[in-house]
Amino acid sequence: MDFNYTEEQDMLRTMARDFLTDKCPKTLVKELEEDEKGYSPELWKEMVELGWTGLIIPEAYAGSEMTFLDLAVLIEEIGRAAMPGPYFSTVVLGGIPIMGYGTEEQKQEYLPKIAGGEAIFTFAITEESGGYDADSINATAKENGDSYTVSGTKMFVPDANVANYILYAARTGNDITVFIVDAKSDGITINPLKTMAGDKLSEVIFENVSVPKENILGETGKGYEIVRKTVEYAAVAKCCTIIGAMQQSLDLTVDYAKERVQYDHPIGSFQSIQHYCANMAIDVDGTRFSTYEAAWKLNEGFPATREVAIAKAWASEAFERVSTLAHQIHGAIGCTIDHDLHYYTRTGKAAALSFGSPDYYREVVASEMGL
Amino acid sequence: MDFEFTEEQNKFRQEVREFLEDEIKQGTFQSACDAWIQGYSPEFTRKVSQKGWIGLTWPVEYGGQGRGHIDRLILTEEMLRYGAPAACHWFADRQIGGAVLRYGTEEQKQWILPKIIAGEAYVGLGLSEPEAGSDLASLRTRATESGDEYIIDGQKMWTSCGMFMNFIYVVARTDPDAPQHRGISEFVFETDRPGVTITPTIDITGSTAWAEVFFDGVRIPSTCLIGEKNRGFYQVVNQLDYERAGMERLMGNYPLFDAILKFTKETKRNGKPIAEDPLIRQKLAQLQIEFEVGRLLTYKVVMVMEEGHAPNVEAAKAKAYSTAFERRLASVTMDILGQYGQLWAESKYAPITGMGPHSYLASTGYSLQAGTSEVLRNVIAARGLGLPNN
Repeated sequence: MDFNYTEEQDMLRTMARDFLTDKCPKTLVKELEEDEKGYSPELWKEMVELGWTGLIIPEAYAGSEMTFLDLAVLIEEIGRAAMPGPYFSTVVLGGIPIMGYGTEEQKQEYLPKIAGGEAIFTFAITEESGGYDADSINATAKENGDSYTVSGTKMFVPDANVANYILYAARTGNDITVFIVDAKSDGITINPLKTMAGDKLSEVIFENVSVPKENILGETGKGYEIVRKTVEYAAVAKCCTIIGAMQQSLDLTVDYAKERVQYDHPIGSFQSIQHYCANMAIDVDGTRFSTYEAAWKLNEGFPATREVAIAKAWASEAFERVSTLAHQIHGAIGCTIDHDLHYYTRTGKAAALSFGSPDYYREVVASEMGL
Repeated sequence: MDFEFTEEQNKFRQEVREFLEDEIKQGTFQSACDAWIQGYSPEFTRKVSQKGWIGLTWPVEYGGQGRGHIDRLILTEEMLRYGAPAACHWFADRQIGGAVLRYGTEEQKQWILPKIIAGEAYVGLGLSEPEAGSDLASLRTRATESGDEYIIDGQKMWTSCGMFMNFIYVVARTDPDAPQHRGISEFVFETDRPGVTITPTIDITGSTAWAEVFFDGVRIPSTCLIGEKNRGFYQVVNQLDYERAGMERLMGNYPLFDAILKFTKETKRNGKPIAEDPLIRQKLAQLQIEFEVGRLLTYKVVMVMEEGHAPNVEAAKAKAYSTAFERRLASVTMDILGQYGQLWAESKYAPITGMGPHSYLASTGYSLQAGTSEVLRNVIAARGLGLPNN
């Protein structure tokens, strides 16, 4: 039992924080939110050089073979910087399922591209319902000689607008199969959605898209396991984004409470403000520990359904509490774009909304409790 | 990071569970909420002592086992899970033994530690007074030095273990002219000394586990002074970190949780088990989520102790959070039980052995004992976040 980060993880955090402070100021974040692509190719290149895209990819495929816990630390820092871009999509939604379920040929083809920053990936899972259970997947894939013909409309697909490859979950008969699809294939329409946090989410429409059979990820009809497992990793990654947003909201708030003077005293000396801050600190710790317990289970290869559900349900609601108090303490300035708080209010909430709501995960926990 | 217990720790947990299940089978105790603070059983305490489980972390030269804080965490977690009546030894084991080890003389260690370890010294906590609750430094009980004795006069309230104790730990004023914090000292002495009167306090549940203790010219030898004269306040602040650090702040009413889960699975309403109702499932799952977060916050406290630090801010966070959870557990349980929730154990139709009303009422006190949630938030804000004093 040990809740401390390793020395290497502390170093990774320091390095990431310094890099992002320097290279990803809020002026860039603002610019990228309005940018059509939503990321900076120059910044992406530097991240690749730092080894971030290949962080958890095995050395055999040109990665640095670090752990999911290390990745969690990095995603926390990216959340803290509110950095836009397709990092999560490529590494978590693309890299992890290919590492876990790809054939040797697929790994050799795609993983070095991810590590080398040459390809952007995403995973098209949910549809009209916005959910992540098997019932939410109704797109179809019909066998047609050496290929499948895939049709269906996917929703909220992150970074599809810039993706080179789209992992796509579709029904092959009653079961689900995941395909690795070249995003330039005929029949694909990508409609970017305008989102609160500036996240580049798209509606992705497949109309009779032909996908060769060798592009099936894992086995035909066994795709839901890939979806389920990837969503577990994605949910924990979103918890890490939330930790970053929460921690930064707390830090900004404590700094503000120390500096802002009313009635001749810093407002941070007033007990009501102190207690709000204490509540925020408890929520940040609770989120961090429960998230890392889930991340640790995933990293060890243990069943993690229960821990992931606990972490995501908790983190999403804890974020709401922290964000509300951060705004209350900041007063009116926090409601403007002149102060940085709004970045975290938007990115944290967007992360809370993705990959499973608290109600959904509470039902998962209830099942795990044998209710 | 590592979220796993070692094989040895898991084996120890299993050993504790088997012991407790065996004791329940033998009829030594019935699982109950708050048994760690209200459950008086000299027989149980003696058996725990025979296992070597009192003073588990204390040095071997004083009869302890020299084990780690994580082992003690496991032991207390299981005691609480099973609702075991551990009040006779709990306070001495949790904080008084530690205070003597840290501040006591060699003679004091040889005097009291073996008695605690043998399960014979039941030490009550004499901190709060009628006019000194959160503001402990304003306490009025006097200890006047007279030759090689001190004479104690005054009154303590909310003395934990008060009705079972044969020793008492007392903080008293030894220098009335010094600034408040600098005139207080700590003592441990026997409660059968002339001039000690103990009166039960009847709490909101009807329990008489706490007491008022009156001291009327009680003479104790100077050797009962623990640590440095007039430095007691600084010693006790450190001790309070340990008082509020444990699993009992999360699991004081854990038997209620087990019981309501079992109840919802086994009880039908309108032909269906209650546990199939989506709203009930949401509520119980939320409790489980909150419990797991509390468990991690409390484990963090123990890991800080294992690293050799006093768990100050961490203990404040864990206790402020966890006692609020215990309150919600009681409240949600009552809501699920509905009208039946209000039935005491002795009533016809009382569900879950009538634990509901007891725990619901008792849980009003969890966020007050050992540092109110407000005092704890002050600690988090000032020491944890560096917010300024007004």
